[in-house]
Amino acid sequence: MLSYILRRLVTGLVTLFGISVISFFIIQLVPGDPAQIQTSQIADAAVSERVYQQLRELYGLDKPIPVQYANWVGKLVVGDFGSSFHDGRRVSAKIGEALWPTLSVALLSFMLTLIISTPIGIYSALRQGGGFDRSVSTGLYMLYSVPNYVAGMLLILYLGVKWDLLPFRGMRSDGYDEMTTLGQMWDLAQHYVLITFCFTFGNLAYYSRFIRQNLLEVVRQDYIRTARAKGLGERSVVLKHAFTNSLIPLISLIGLTLPFVLGGSVILEYMFNWPGLGRLYFESVLQRDYPTIMALNFITALLVLGITFIADLTYGLVDPRISYEK
Amino acid sequence: MATEATTSTTTGGAPAARSYWHITWRRFRGHRLGMVGLCVVAVLFLVAFLSPILANEQPILCRFDGGFYYPAVVDLVHQVPGTSLIIQKQRPYRLATFDFKREFDPERGDWALWTPVRYGPREIAAEPLAGPSSRHWLGTDQSGRDVLSRMVHGTVVSMKVGFLSMGIAVILGLVFGCIAGYAGGIADLVISRFIEVVQCFPAFFLILAVLAWFPPSIENVMIVIGLTRWVGIARFARGEILRIRETDYALAARSLGVRPAQLVLRHLLPNALAPVLVSVTFGIAVSILIEAGLSWLGFGVQPPDASWGTILRSGYENLFTAGHMIPPACVAIFLAVLSFNLVGDTLRDVIDPRLQAERA
Repeated sequence: MLSYILRRLVTGLVTLFGISVISFFIIQLVPGDPAQIQTSQIADAAVSERVYQQLRELYGLDKPIPVQYANWVGKLVVGDFGSSFHDGRRVSAKIGEALWPTLSVALLSFMLTLIISTPIGIYSALRQGGGFDRSVSTGLYMLYSVPNYVAGMLLILYLGVKWDLLPFRGMRSDGYDEMTTLGQMWDLAQHYVLITFCFTFGNLAYYSRFIRQNLLEVVRQDYIRTARAKGLGERSVVLKHAFTNSLIPLISLIGLTLPFVLGGSVILEYMFNWPGLGRLYFESVLQRDYPTIMALNFITALLVLGITFIADLTYGLVDPRISYEK
Repeated sequence: MATEATTSTTTGGAPAARSYWHITWRRFRGHRLGMVGLCVVAVLFLVAFLSPILANEQPILCRFDGGFYYPAVVDLVHQVPGTSLIIQKQRPYRLATFDFKREFDPERGDWALWTPVRYGPREIAAEPLAGPSSRHWLGTDQSGRDVLSRMVHGTVVSMKVGFLSMGIAVILGLVFGCIAGYAGGIADLVISRFIEVVQCFPAFFLILAVLAWFPPSIENVMIVIGLTRWVGIARFARGEILRIRETDYALAARSLGVRPAQLVLRHLLPNALAPVLVSVTFGIAVSILIEAGLSWLGFGVQPPDASWGTILRSGYENLFTAGHMIPPACVAIFLAVLSFNLVGDTLRDVIDPRLQAERA
């Protein structure tokens, strides 16, 4: 077990190193640096050139790229992502601010997905090929093919503008500070509805199908027949014996998709004016804010690797048959 | 090989002689939803190819000042790259300043066979942000251009991006997948690691990061999508090659002295293509989605050119005054994604031998 963890950590570090090198070089090699963007407004050529050089020096862009990379890694080791090139604020503070809006929607959407799709999946597996199974799976399949930003646009158009039912810009209404605590909660909740729905509905089909498929495979196993043969009730067979055993692939699926919630959110966050990580990334890209882009790339990669690692480890906890010794 | 093919046709109905793709197609035809998806794909493709004679400010055929002209047909021919060197529109239709609609004079004996939508995608035809009417079925956008015409021409962008970007992805994916799967060793290690690294980034982050440094255009969008999506195909191809190279027929070919390159190209690759095809079909849906999203964000197709994403964006920017642009673009994107997904799902069912055994 210990040697497995060590091995995974080492390969993980190598991968992380590769990711950081590649993203660093992609960012740096292509023309157009932040100093250039910030000085493009200055009319006087001589002043512009002088400020440009000073900015490059300030940002450390005048040094060779490997040196810049070494500096970046050196700071990273002590947990310092540097300061934003755009507004000079700490990158960690900027990310910290954007983290909660994204994370809260992601968690909320995940909980909703699991709460809704688990019963659907189990029920359709039990009535395989029946009316419920077919109609629900067709309906969910159609939903699955609706891209989330397309749904977002339609919801904004109808629920937000035409029928004026729900807010769709940002997290809070104007005058949020004057509201009572209860009013503030109600206001926040309203703002969460549309964006959370957009993140959730596409996953429903995927998850309920996945749960159904796994359950169907497990139900054919001998131990389920044994459980039935010894006279256990259908309820107990399905929920205790079959469903728990179909959880393993579900864990890995959750592990694999969770980090990507962040990446898929650029358009939606931008559309709903949501102050989250996706929008921060988009804005940083527009501003060529290298430190923020690098930090976000690094954190996402770390999340993906970390979560797959944890998911792999939890297999062992859920399924004693899996051994980590080679 | 040739004799084998002719004997199989002469024996006619003998089931054993049918090719793998023939069998696949026959099975595919049995799936109603898959066929519906395929039909929608075909329609979208046709609309894209025929867009110059479906929506154009110049007529398909007309008589103007005593002469016959067919400017829209020339536009149609120009859809094939390179033909603009051979065929050109006749004067005066070639001139950018020439406006046939204004010069049109029935008393002189002029007449015209118009395209079904009489407005070009860039033509400023009416009041801006007008709602649907009998002249402009889907209304007009913020510059007064016909939305239906822009939708039709947006199809071209989506289909182009879908197919060409996946073309790039397939070539890269197959090359690297085959090398990793067949050569093994260091090559496999390096390529597999690299694939893992690329897959760690959410694709959209990567695409944005790269696109931010290049001037926005659909060519760049295609290239970047292709460059980020080949890894999935490479992984599939690698897995298939690994599996197939251990089969008896691969061993037989090897013992006959077939050289590695030929072995991979002639014997392994054709048998590895089926799962790749499934992933390509889904990939096209994803590319169309990404292109529309990027155009929506302003990184893709640039104005005044039309794409479903930019139409959606115009609707978003004029939410309170011109919501009429949003539903058509949404429906188009949804239909395209749904139909490619349907085709992909059906292909997977048809190709996967495990499922077949289950049904039998």
